[in-house]
Amino acid sequence: MYSYIGKRVLVAIPTLLIISIFVFSLQKLLPGDPVLALAGEDRDPQTIEYLREKYHLNDPVPVQYIRWVGSALQGDLGISLKTNQPVLKLIGDKLPVTIQLAVMSIIFAFVIGIPMGILAAVKKNTALDYIANVVALSGLSIPNFWLGIMLILLVSVKLGWLPASGYQPFFDDPLRSIQTMLMPAFVLGNALAATLMRHTRSAMLSVLSADYIRTARAKGLSEWAVVLEHSFRNAVLPIVTLSALLFGELLAGAVLTEQIFTIPGFGKLIVDAVFTRDYAVVQGVVLCTAVGFIVMNLIADVFYVLLNPRMRAAL
Amino acid sequence: MKIAKFLPALMAGALLALPATAAELKIGLQDDADVLDPAQSQTFVGRIVYTALCDKLVDLSPDLKIVPQLATEWAWSDDGKVLTMKLREGVKFHDGTPFNADAVVYDVTRSMTLPESKRKSELKSVEKVEASGEYEVKFTLKSPDVTLLATLSDRAGMMISPTAAKAEGANFGNKPVCSGPFKFVERVQQDRIVLEKFQDYWNKDNIFIDKVTYLPIPDTTVRLANLRAGDLDMIERLAASDAAAVKADANLSYESVVNLGWLAIYFNVGDKATSPMGKDKRLRQAFSLAIDREAANQIVYEGTSVAGNQPFSPQSPWFDKNFPVPARDVEKARALVKEAGFDRVPVEMMVTNNPVAMQMMQIVQSMVAEAGFDVSLKATEFTTLLDEMTAGNYQVARSDWSGRADPDGNIHQFLTCKAALNDAKYCNPDVDKLLNEAREAPDEAVRKQKYDAAMAIIQDDMPMTWIGHQSWIWAMSKKVTGFIPYPDGMIRLAGVKKAD
Repeated sequence: MYSYIGKRVLVAIPTLLIISIFVFSLQKLLPGDPVLALAGEDRDPQTIEYLREKYHLNDPVPVQYIRWVGSALQGDLGISLKTNQPVLKLIGDKLPVTIQLAVMSIIFAFVIGIPMGILAAVKKNTALDYIANVVALSGLSIPNFWLGIMLILLVSVKLGWLPASGYQPFFDDPLRSIQTMLMPAFVLGNALAATLMRHTRSAMLSVLSADYIRTARAKGLSEWAVVLEHSFRNAVLPIVTLSALLFGELLAGAVLTEQIFTIPGFGKLIVDAVFTRDYAVVQGVVLCTAVGFIVMNLIADVFYVLLNPRMRAAL
Repeated sequence: MKIAKFLPALMAGALLALPATAAELKIGLQDDADVLDPAQSQTFVGRIVYTALCDKLVDLSPDLKIVPQLATEWAWSDDGKVLTMKLREGVKFHDGTPFNADAVVYDVTRSMTLPESKRKSELKSVEKVEASGEYEVKFTLKSPDVTLLATLSDRAGMMISPTAAKAEGANFGNKPVCSGPFKFVERVQQDRIVLEKFQDYWNKDNIFIDKVTYLPIPDTTVRLANLRAGDLDMIERLAASDAAAVKADANLSYESVVNLGWLAIYFNVGDKATSPMGKDKRLRQAFSLAIDREAANQIVYEGTSVAGNQPFSPQSPWFDKNFPVPARDVEKARALVKEAGFDRVPVEMMVTNNPVAMQMMQIVQSMVAEAGFDVSLKATEFTTLLDEMTAGNYQVARSDWSGRADPDGNIHQFLTCKAALNDAKYCNPDVDKLLNEAREAPDEAVRKQKYDAAMAIIQDDMPMTWIGHQSWIWAMSKKVTGFIPYPDGMIRLAGVKKAD
């Protein structure tokens, strides 16, 4: 098991390098000069030259990249051009915010998506299945920004139940923190729930028609024991893989959701950074996201092994 | 009986003597501020925060006169090269450091020399600044510059604690220490900036708010939703399309004022100009004549902006009345196009990819089409637009300016040959001479003559054409009273109250 994890970590290193080269060059291809954006309305030529020197923007791109990798290896991801703060600190500030949003969204997605998928499969081609499908399709088709604004107008402005936007750190005021995150987590979790529901349904359907399920039924087990213990346990494997992949979708969705609800997380950080060409921040955030993605997939693979005895034997 | 009357009175008195519940004001801003160091920062919203955090040597009145703040009086030498200022006594910075002439010398010198400073060009006319008494400073200039006072009414004149500045250096902005009515408490990037009332403020009797929180909420719909839900007390830059709804809302009040800036169309007339628009001024004049400025402003800004044709709004004392906002004249425009030897003129126009700017340009596009211009709009992301305009890689572009209190700040840096913001790449020695002289003339009437003379040339050469002047619009809860709108768009909190 450990050697398996070790191998996976080693494979991750070239992946990260390729990602960082890709993002670095892609950024340099973007038109627009970060210093010009940074120098503000007055665009003082002296300031512009100073900033170019300070951030080594006059150096050739490969030199800039090697310098970045060198400091990244020492744990220094550079300084934000816009706010003068170390990128690592900015990421440290934003990460817990997005993690909270992600966790709450995933809870929403699991709580809604999985039971709905199971029910839809068990009650295939009944009214319940159709309703679940319609709900899932709506979840997939309604754009985040529209749902977000509608929810703000309804829940905050009309009903006054929840704060319209903003963020409260969880450990400062847990109740308020959950209240502010409820709508964004729902908006973000809703689309994921739809995907999860569809996949759970199809995985369950293929398992439910398997021979061993017929055998379980023939043994006289109760229907719920068949569904939950015999079918779901086997259907859960593709769902675990999917959940790890959904993590990427979650981060992409967080970009938009955080903009609408003004949540100072990762998504907002990277959008603002792209607009101001804050290279160091974009690069740092992408690196962290890539690491996160690789770790999530690794966790999924480990779970896969734990859940599936056949995989354990193969190791 | 007497006691029965006396007791309630005593209780009421005791209640009144208790401090009222702390008044907290939550203000929604359109963007997040950049670094909170007056020497280094560049954003408009940063200036809004400074208005509460950092006092300046001088301030502006709502009618844009220079009024005392930390300097109580000032005088120019006869040759216009020395400005002497008397300073307010008994003022303290938030860390207890006393404010005096040494602090002013330190701060202004810092703005002039700190490598990261973005105030260098604003202060480039200053040769030196020195203390001529404990509460008196002398600015010696390289050449006369009447715009210096207006410069000192903004970031270049903001006083920061020398103790904190020496200790923090270029990182001062992480924990700014100034002398304004509110002191810095905390900042979470992209989330909030919190300030609280400074108890030793020199004008504390005029401050009725105990805590201010600024929340950057870029989406105007969400910003307004927060105000309506009661999560905010005030928002800046309300979308013009929401103005009617706010006015109709019984819980909200609406304030607006025409700002100091402008909306303009730039024509690239420089060496790189390859389009007929850049080469023939008759085409530019025709383009300008084909625009119905009143209608365009009315439609896009729902009546909140005013039509204009100069870098000063028609309400400004600097507006040249010899060139009133022109009425649309398609016939004359068409004739000018013919005279220039064209039947149809292809034009590529760059415009920022935000919906309001696009809407305005689509209207202009259809208006000028009638005069013979085939405009193709090129929606460009702002940072790219800036890059292309600075490099002179465009034919025609639309860009805005937030405006400065002194007229010089709205014209000199755009239309003099070597100016940093001369994106039209315009160069006319006569205009340069007039605008430089206007900068040096202490007499306002003389300055006005120079600007008028320059305007006559600019309206003929037409490297830029102005289309209007937006308003700053604020919406706030009815509980907030005493707010006075200023054309510079700042939120001054002296006199502002919030009912429980």
